[in-house]
Amino acid sequence: MFLIIWGMALPQSSTVKMTESLTTPDNRLLTLKNVVKHFDISGGLLDRLRLENGRPVLHRTTVKAVNDVSLFIDEGETLGVVGESGCGKSTLARTVMGLYPPSRGEIIYRGKRIDRLSAQQMLPFRAKMQMIFQDPYASLNPRKTVRQTLEEPVVFHNRHISNGEVKDRVSQVMEQVGVDPGWAGRYPHEFSGGQRQRISIARALTVAPEFIVADEPVSALDVSIQAQILNLLMKAQEDLGLTYMFITHDLSVVRHISTRVAVMYLGTLCEVASADTLFASPRHPYTQALLSAIPKLGAEKKRHVKLKGEVPTPIRLPPGCVFHGRCIHADQRCREEVPKLRHLSTGSWVACHAVEEGRI
Amino acid sequence: MPSLLEVKDLEVKFALRMGELTAIDGVSFCLEKGERLGLVGESGAGKSVTGFAVINLISRPGYISGGQILFEGVDLAGLSAEQMRDVRGNRISMIFQDPMMTLNPVLTIGTQMMETLHAHRSISRKEAKAIALEKLKKVQISSPEKRLRQYPHEFSGGMRQRIVIAIALLTDPAMIIADEPTTALDVTIQAEIMDLLLSLCRAEGMGLILITHDLGVVSQVTEKIAVMYAGRVVESGPTDRITQDPKHPYTQGLIKALPGSLQPRSRLNQIPGMMPTLIDIPKGCSFHPRCTIREEICSQVAPLLLRLDEQDRMAACHVVSRIEGLRPKS
Repeated sequence: MFLIIWGMALPQSSTVKMTESLTTPDNRLLTLKNVVKHFDISGGLLDRLRLENGRPVLHRTTVKAVNDVSLFIDEGETLGVVGESGCGKSTLARTVMGLYPPSRGEIIYRGKRIDRLSAQQMLPFRAKMQMIFQDPYASLNPRKTVRQTLEEPVVFHNRHISNGEVKDRVSQVMEQVGVDPGWAGRYPHEFSGGQRQRISIARALTVAPEFIVADEPVSALDVSIQAQILNLLMKAQEDLGLTYMFITHDLSVVRHISTRVAVMYLGTLCEVASADTLFASPRHPYTQALLSAIPKLGAEKKRHVKLKGEVPTPIRLPPGCVFHGRCIHADQRCREEVPKLRHLSTGSWVACHAVEEGRI
Repeated sequence: MPSLLEVKDLEVKFALRMGELTAIDGVSFCLEKGERLGLVGESGAGKSVTGFAVINLISRPGYISGGQILFEGVDLAGLSAEQMRDVRGNRISMIFQDPMMTLNPVLTIGTQMMETLHAHRSISRKEAKAIALEKLKKVQISSPEKRLRQYPHEFSGGMRQRIVIAIALLTDPAMIIADEPTTALDVTIQAEIMDLLLSLCRAEGMGLILITHDLGVVSQVTEKIAVMYAGRVVESGPTDRITQDPKHPYTQGLIKALPGSLQPRSRLNQIPGMMPTLIDIPKGCSFHPRCTIREEICSQVAPLLLRLDEQDRMAACHVVSRIEGLRPKS
């Protein structure tokens, strides 16, 4: 059906786009098509005015945070999105949630486009898609009690619900996340980081969502608390049939919790594969470097892949492949042409000329 | 021949309105010349406070209330402020998590490096500049001449941390204390910085105390570790032995809680509860409320750090001591 609408013939080769390659299964929850998100930080007139060759010129400064990302997520999956700081993963998460409108591209939820809807039209989707944030100290309103924070979404999405039902729902969801319902009258500052994160998760669960975007939910927590929260998220997924998009820079966490993983660098997807495949045989040079850099527990001190140079800025993206400046396999084509995500026989999708050409 | 650093029964207290709180309750460890020790623990364990205490950076209301800090045979806890200034930043350097804690944003790198040198050595500007350039090269910063004229904001996080390491090396210290030096950095940059620290320690014969919560990092860089919990050392010994065969239930719990060590998508082992805050330290063993193998004695008597049968391994646990058949060391 997609093919007819866009008048495109389905090529037989493996260059077919990931989001159009298969007929859409019924359980496809979310599709991102060529999503682009750029931020214009040019500033006012005076900020933009520069002198070039003696003539005044108006400059545009754009942060190209997300560049042409196409992805899908099926029901019940946990898609891990990994990358280092500045790769655009948080921006992608917020764009998916509708917190930012995409500059270009489409976001499709259960077959319906949601990227250009009005606030009113978005309402039914808002109850289905919820978000958990990284900083447990910044994501709860310090002036509201836990009860007030948890009641708000319930009441907002269920106008005719009774007070008794609201209270029950709040207690229920607090128990689900392991926070004593008797503490609902307390304020966020009275809880630890781990407990606040549980409360944030409870808030997301109050409206019985089907899809949760978790943006670095355990990065700010100690290892033993991290384990508790990860277990909680996995249990909630089993009990409630949730689908997750899990953003993190911590590769061990992503390995543990994801079914599929997408690796991002400077706003671009480098590699998308099942978690097992990605960690067993990473194909993109950036993925390989990233995985080799994880400090592992153990007697064997492995050598890590050294990357040349520094991370370029998303304001001045390199031409061609965004990774070429740091890649030891880069050639002229890499410097000029942006590689597309291609399907490999292993089932992975990799955007790399050298991999396509069989050079690595 | 005395150890480079020997910390004996260190105690640090905080004199607060509500009473005196003990942040460090009898911590002992030692470091030989050129050795690399990891001080490992979660937030609130007291590892940073220990690091600060070694070079007497504890400010009021905290103070060192007991114990000895023997550096090259001299007790640092007993030195005057003037004498301490000769050690701090000179014989022992410290690196912090946030490079902007060390780097002054309104001064060039060159000014900051020369300032450090002039504070500890009477040398000419020319000599100071030469040393600064040499150290920048040692930390693999390109175009060092140009860098001296630049400001901290012109560098990335990883570069700033390299500069901080270069500053720490200016006086050819005998030892570096690094407090979570790579926690704020991306994983690929972290790997480079840790490699750099490792090779510098080896090349210069410098001792290193690495304070971190990251067991992976400690495993790659250090030779021995001391695991801290609520102000005490609960287990110490060679890094490899401890990470592969931890004896103390807290260390075991910590390692089992790491996502890397289990089958993906399985339940991680979690340690129930949380580390106690300073006002809530339980009687007896501070870990006992969260311990799966606790016994009656654990809630009454604090276990001593005892040497296990094997070389240099120590653990503070009644159950472990009983299993290993130990007696308190005299």
